[in-house]
This record gives sequence, structure tokens and C-alpha cells, in this order.
Amino acid sequence: MALPQVAAPPGVRRRRRSWKGWQFVGPFMLVFALVFLAPIAYSIYLSLYKNRLIGGNSFVGLDNYRQALHDSQFWSAFGRVALFLAVQVPIMLVLALLVALAIDSGRLHGKAFFRVTIFLPYAVPAVVATLMWGFMYGSQFGLVGNINDALHTSLPDPLGSRLLLASIGNIVTWEFVGYNMLIFYSALRVVPTSLYESAEIDGAGQFRIVRAIKLPAIRGALVIATIFSVIGSFQLFNEPAILRPLARNVITTGYTPNMYAYSLSFSGQQYNYAATVAIIMGVITMVIAYVVQLRGAREI
Amino acid sequence: MSRMLKVAAAATAAMLALAACGGSKSDDKSGTSSGGGTSAADVTAALNKGGSITVWAWDGTIKDVAAGFEKKYPNVKVNLVNAGTGDKQYTALQNVVAAGKGVPDVAQIEYFAVLQFALSKSLANISSFGATDLKSNYTPGPWNAVTPNGGVYGLPLDSGPMAMFYNKEVFDKYKITVPTTWTEYVDAARKLHKANPKAYLTGDTGDAGFTTSLIWQAGGKPYTVDGTNVTINFADPGSSKFASTWQPMITEKLVASVPPWSDQWFKALGDGTIASLVTGAWMPGNLSSNAAAASGKWRVAPMPQWDAGGSATAENGGSSLGVMDKSANKALAYAFTKYASADEGKDIRIKAGAFPSTTADLSNQAFLDTPFPYFGGQKANEIFAKSAQGVVSGWSYLPFQVYANSIFNDTVGKAYVSSTTLADGLKAWQEQSAKYGSEQGFTVK
Amino acid sequence: MTTAVQPSRRTRPSVIAHKPYRRSKRRSKTLTLLTSLVAIYSLIPLAWLVINATKTQQGLQSSFGLWFANGKFALFDNIRDTFTYQDGVFLRWFANTVLYVVVGAGGATFLATLAGYGLAKFNFPGKRAVFATVIGAVAVPGTALAVPTFLMFSKMGLTNTPWSVIIPSLISPFGLYLMWTFSAQAIPDEMLEAARIDGAGEFRTFFRVSVPLLGPGIVTVLLFTMVATWNNYFLPLIMLKDPNWYPLTIGINSWNDQAATVDGQAVFNLVITGSLLTILPLLAAFLFLQRYWQSGLAAGSVKE
Repeated sequence: MALPQVAAPPGVRRRRRSWKGWQFVGPFMLVFALVFLAPIAYSIYLSLYKNRLIGGNSFVGLDNYRQALHDSQFWSAFGRVALFLAVQVPIMLVLALLVALAIDSGRLHGKAFFRVTIFLPYAVPAVVATLMWGFMYGSQFGLVGNINDALHTSLPDPLGSRLLLASIGNIVTWEFVGYNMLIFYSALRVVPTSLYESAEIDGAGQFRIVRAIKLPAIRGALVIATIFSVIGSFQLFNEPAILRPLARNVITTGYTPNMYAYSLSFSGQQYNYAATVAIIMGVITMVIAYVVQLRGAREI
Repeated sequence: MSRMLKVAAAATAAMLALAACGGSKSDDKSGTSSGGGTSAADVTAALNKGGSITVWAWDGTIKDVAAGFEKKYPNVKVNLVNAGTGDKQYTALQNVVAAGKGVPDVAQIEYFAVLQFALSKSLANISSFGATDLKSNYTPGPWNAVTPNGGVYGLPLDSGPMAMFYNKEVFDKYKITVPTTWTEYVDAARKLHKANPKAYLTGDTGDAGFTTSLIWQAGGKPYTVDGTNVTINFADPGSSKFASTWQPMITEKLVASVPPWSDQWFKALGDGTIASLVTGAWMPGNLSSNAAAASGKWRVAPMPQWDAGGSATAENGGSSLGVMDKSANKALAYAFTKYASADEGKDIRIKAGAFPSTTADLSNQAFLDTPFPYFGGQKANEIFAKSAQGVVSGWSYLPFQVYANSIFNDTVGKAYVSSTTLADGLKAWQEQSAKYGSEQGFTVK
Repeated sequence: MTTAVQPSRRTRPSVIAHKPYRRSKRRSKTLTLLTSLVAIYSLIPLAWLVINATKTQQGLQSSFGLWFANGKFALFDNIRDTFTYQDGVFLRWFANTVLYVVVGAGGATFLATLAGYGLAKFNFPGKRAVFATVIGAVAVPGTALAVPTFLMFSKMGLTNTPWSVIIPSLISPFGLYLMWTFSAQAIPDEMLEAARIDGAGEFRTFFRVSVPLLGPGIVTVLLFTMVATWNNYFLPLIMLKDPNWYPLTIGINSWNDQAATVDGQAVFNLVITGSLLTILPLLAAFLFLQRYWQSGLAAGSVKE
């Protein structure tokens, strides 16, 4: 990696195309190759083979992929995270946006307090967050149970089959609304104030300003937040996995695609098929993230 | 800025060096002995020569056993690692076996998983060390579990003959007679729940061990294994008896749907919301540690029967210690296993509260006379020992039971949260297990 | 310049975060109330954590979730027990976590800063490919990588060592992206030219000239990678088997699972107290370093 240092002769246009940049990018890419590229390559290799308890390893070509396409467990898991995505991501992002706008509006008492407290959940590890909410969701002795006893209500069981996905959605929203709020807020803060001045002169009200100036100005942040949330939803694993002991009959081993791949690997020792599932999910995720990015960049 | 960087770099280097040292130490497998031979004489030689072995076990009593072993044989060092409970350890074991590195010398394996690890040749056959001679030490249930296919793949540690634990105070309050058959049990459940809608005779959210043990007790044989030929049939008489008898418990909501082993569950056991448990003889320790509120209020009774007047029981849980095939020092590993299972280690464990798997201890008068404060002074070991003798023979687990258990709640679990019946749930379990078996190369019927 | 609603990619001058535009507006009580609801939502579980950390194991079982138990106030006992239980393994976990975070997040920040700077300030062959690959990698699920990485690391003898956790955490695509945008804005090309003309080598220029300017960005990336490594769960879960190398997340979860073993002791009160102790350092870091990460995020999010 040690390239001779070349000082640019005076008068030459800056940013000459050279290999110098690799000195800086090199270390990162080296570790990246080890940590991402090599495992992906190995994953692809694994997906083309099949290792059996009786019979050992053998090359099977695209059989695993064919199997995955017909695998109802996989597609129901996929459908589940797609549903999760369609509902939880907009709710969380809209909430984050509203809070960011509120804080930016300058009309809040104690906005620093809100900025910090609403962000705090992000610093809590998913394990702790899920354990906490898990304790609280307990419908007999957890908080829900306590409330039922105290108020003589019969709140629906958050860990029952009807509400479970929503309960997980709640945990994820709780964890990340502050983070997204901060991204939006930071973007709002760099909107030039001169824009607001001219809007005022034109007599625009608050809502008008939001729609016409603020939202378009932070569109980039909105797109990035959406993309990361989409990717995160497809990769949903931590929260359902940690919650599983509390609701074993509802959270199946293949509740989300990532959980499916995990249990294929570690309960069933079916590494090859797990690699296949993971690759398919990765491709789908990349395609959708790309589409979101295109749409976000396109519309005015 | 650059000075700070230098300091940071130095600190980082120091910590990395520390990490590297620590890392290699913990990854150190069995070290110095040759561990070549596989006879009893080699065991003695290995003990004299010394060395170190790695033991993976989560059972709390093994720590004292390891200490005792090291004291007796000062040349030997035991690295005890708790790699997780049950499934977590099996996953880790399978991973290291697959990778070929980091395999421990000795591992704790529950009885239902022994066949799986034996068949995949992860466990070593220790009969050449003289393990077959130990047969008479143990009760039939555990011994059968560790001797699949004619070899010996581990030595029993504890055992779990089943019994019924019940809250006498609750029973007396609602005038419930202690059930002796499963039909009576279901009736008692109805009576209790009717009298107090907040109380349940027992909790059940779907447990593979409980289900298979009850089918076992009913004489069912859903799994037959002959080499790589496997049959799975949950429509056999024993399984059907279980499914039809237990179904009302779910349909009529007579079971508490509190997840077992959770904080809520222990609370419920402690305050009478869950009034009984039918499980293995190892339960008392958990009750007294974690449901202390009900100390003195519970009693033990024999397991409810399928046929009135019978004395058939089954085992639930319990583990063995096995020598891993990839161990570099099998002789020393076997020595530890034998110590823990049949020699002084056994006494250490029993003293610490483990339930024995050895006939001698089970018929020891002092053992039988032990009063249990949690059960109001009752000599519960008498019931447990009798249960151990009544274990139905001929039961077999699958060669991939670990996997099968992992998908139990996906399949049979549906019966607990939807209108699926137990019988249909069991059928789904059967089909998915069969599918996995075929994929893995077994011939499944 | 200021009418551009589409911030362009390349030549924006250094951005200073503006104060929110404020005339003499009336503060709105309604808005404050509504936002308070969100704040309460954010705080309830944390309040639950604090309140329940004061209960004993028995107290947990017998008291109302959101209020204190009638029995003893056990916070200090719980804290003491958390630190001493199982021969003080909690402290070991804490030390492990610190190690993984300092080396992992520190290393990740270092690599991301270097690489971001390289992407922003140099034109080199393969630049487009680098960026596309790295961003594409974000979309790859962790599970696709987990098992192959595990198998690879096993063959290299790295599993069950700190390296197996540290090395994968050295790559932060988000950090790279942030440092790339930050470098592009915060470091004027003219300064670099000046240094080059003076004969300074690239690395010298980087450390002497650029890094001081990248301060807020570096701190932001450091904080976010710290959060990511501190909260890492899935990766250590598969890489580590020896409890002596567990980070806090895995350790606490193992205490939670512990009751489900024969003679296992339920220590949910320690799980709760341990969780509280786990999140305190991060919360403190965020509170005290607010200044930096706010301006860092601000500059970074102008892009796109």
C-alpha cells in the first residue's frame, strides 16, 4: 500500500486522477473485503451445495433456490416483514417528522429537553429494550396485568397472536423514533433562514411554510431515513428473537426471514439453505432500497 | 491531535495484546497429554500423567465436581465453560464440530439429544473404556438413553422421573381431591377453574418435553429408529390418547398461558395461580429458589395414570456427560466423566441437590427419608424413586430431536393459540420433522 | 446560493448550522403538550427500569409495575449484587464491552475517517465502484454474513476470541458515508493545495490540517459506532461461547435465561439492574457530547 508521495506541481489542476486516494481508502477496503466480500462469496458458494447429516456434502446447483421459491414458510415470513414495513415505517417516520418540526418551529417550551429525551431510547440496546417491554407486556403479572387488575379492564394481550406484530412494531418505533427525529431536525436546522424571511414577507402561514419550504428542503434526509428503515425492517431479528420465550407459539422459528435463516443454520444445521434464504433476502432488500432511492430523487 | 493519536494507538496496542493473550488462553483445547489409547489402563495412565480438559456444562453442580476432581488428581486441570443452557449449548457444539476447532473434551447432553450426537459421530463411543460395566449402577431410563445402537455414548448425571407437584393449600381451599388418573386431573382442572376463574390447575403453553413424556407414559411409540430408517407417527394409540385427553385443557382454557420459566410463571407458582405441575424430579430446587412464597404449601404425589391403578411413568429431562469424538484426550475426558457420574463426583452432585440416576442412591434409606421443607417435611424422594422404577420401556427419541423440538411450537404450538386441534398440531409436527429427516438423508416413513 | 432547494453534491461552501429561525413567536402550550406525550412515551420504559431496579426478586413479583414495592428499597443491594454475582462476571462483561467498543468503534471511526476523506478529496480509479459496493453492502442482511463469517473465522481460529467481535465491527458504512460528506464540506480544497505546495506529504496533511477540521464529524461517527458496538447482540451471540468474553448484552440475556435450568436461580432483579447499569454510560456519553454530534449530524445531512 505504500505509494511514493507525490507533491502536486504548482499550477496543475487539483484532483488529478491518481492512486493516492487508495492510501486512505485502502485500510477500510481491506477489512471490508474480509468482513463483507469474503463472507458473501462464501455464502454464494454455500448456497450451491447441500450438506446432509447422512450423505455429506454435494453440489446441487440452483436446487436450493428452487426450493426457496416454493417455500411457504419463507414467503410468509417475507410477507410479515413487508406488512411490518408498510405500517411501522410510515408511522415511525411521520411521528419523527412531526416531533422534528415541532422542535424546529421554535414554539416549544424547553425544546432542548425534548430533543434529548426523545433521542434517549436510541442509546438503549435492543436486548434491554425488548426485555423491558417484554416485562411490561405481561398480561398477568406485567404492567398490562397490573393495569387490568387496578382498573378492572381487560386489555388485549400484547403477546397474543393478534397483537404481537404490532407489539414488536411498538418496540422498534420506540427505539428509533428519536434517531430519525434527530436526522430530520439536523436537516431542518441547515435550511437557510432567508427562505423563511421571504416566506413571511409573502404572508405564508406555518403550515404553508412546512409544506413548501421545510419538507422539500429535507427531502434528502427523508429518503435516507426511509431507506435505512426499509432495510432495517427487512432485517428484523433482534426484537422478535429476544421476545420469543414469552410467546413461543406465536413467534415461530421462522417469524421473520432473518430468524428463519438463523434457525435453519443453528437449529437445523442447514447452512446451505440458510445462505440461500439470506441471499434472496439481500437481493430483494437491495432492489427495494434502490427503488426507494430512485423515487426519492426523482419527485419534485 | 497527533499526540493524542499516539497515546490512543499505544493504549489500543496494549489492549489488543491483552485481548490476544486472553483469547488464546480461553481457546486452549485439551493440551498436553497424548490421549491416544482407549482402554481402561490408558485412563489410569492419563490420570497419572495429567493434562487439561475442557468441559462444557451448564449444570450448577459440575463446578464442585470439577474442583473435587482436580483435588483428587492434582496433575489435571479442568476448564469448565458454561456455553449456554440446552439448545444454546447444542448449537454451539454443532458449530464447533462443523468447524473442526474448539471442540470440548466433555459435554453435558440431555437424554433426548444423545441419539442425535451419537449418530452424527460427534460423541465418542466409550464402551472400550469399560463403560459397559457400569450398566448396573443406573436406572433403566437414563441408561437406555445413553446407549443407542449398542454403544455407550455418555454416562448419566441426573434423572427426571416424573411426579405431580401440587399446592395443597389451594387444593384444600377448593376441596379438590388429589387426582390419580389423567381423567380425574382434567376434572379437577375444571373444578378449580370454575371455583376461581383466576386460578388454573397447571400452566401449559406447549412444551415438547412434556408432550413426549406424556405420550411415553401412555405407551405411545411415535418414533422408531433403526439405523437411518426412521418412522414418525403421532396417530398411534398412545399419542391419540394423549391428544384427546389433553385437548379439553386447551379448549376449555383450563391451562394458564403464562410462559414457563419466566418471572410471571414463578410468581404464579408462588401465589397459587398455578396450582400444580407434572414434571421431573429435579423441580424441587427450582421451586424452593424461585417460588419461595409458597414454601411449605406444596406436596408431591405420584404422576396421574392413564389406566386406573397403574404405576407407569416416564422421564422428563435429565442430562448425561459425554466424551466428544474430536477430543484429543479421550482417556482423561472419560476419567472425568466417570468421576462425575459414578464415583465421588456423583455424591458431590447429589449433596448439592441433583436427583440421582443411580439405583444405589435411589434405594438408600437416608436418601429416601430426606424431608423436604418446601413440601412441609414430606419425604418426596420415596415418590421419585418409585417413579424411576416405573418408567415405561421401549421409548426412543429421533436422531434429530434437537431440531424436532425446536419446531414444536411452530407446529403443535398452533393448537394453543388458534382453533387447530392437538391432534392436527401433532400431525403437522410429524410432517415437518419427516420432511427435515428426508432432507438430511434419512429414510423416513 | 440560498434559493437552491436541491443542495448539490460537490462544491457547497462550509455549512454552518443556522439557529432555527425565530421571530418573536408565542410559545404554544398545545404543541408542548403534544410533544410531551411523545417524550413521556420515550421515558416510560426507562422510568420502569429505574423503579424496578429498586425491587428485590420477591418484590418484583408482588408489586405494581410502575410504582415502588412495599418492601425494602433494594437499589443499592441490587447494584452490589449485580457486581458480585457469579464472582463478579458482570464487571468482566463490562470490561469486555469497553474493549470491544473502544477498539471496535475507535477502529471503525479511524477507518471511516480515512476512507471518507479519501473518497471526498481524491479522484482515483475504482472510486465509483468502492462507493457503490459499500453502500450496497448495507442492504445485506446480517444473517447472510453471520454463518459464513463464523465458519471462516473458525478456520482461522478466531472464534471465541475478542477479534471475532471486533473485526466485523470495524466496518461502518454509515460512518463512511458521514465522513465522506463531512470531509467534502468541511475541508476546503485550497487548504490542501496550500499544504501540498509547502511540500507536506498526504498523511501529514491529513493529520495536521484535515483532522482538526473534521472534529464534529469524527465525534459523531465515534458516538454512533459506539452505540452500535455497545449494543451489538447478534454477532457476539454466534461468535462467543465462553461467558468470560461476553459483552454486557449477551451476559444480561444469559441471566434472564438462567432461571430456565434445573436449579437455576431466577435473578430478574439483577437483569433489570444490570440493564440499567448497561445503558448509563451511553446515556452519559450522549448527554455530555451533545454539542458535537448535533453539528456533525447537521453537516452530514445536508447531502443528497
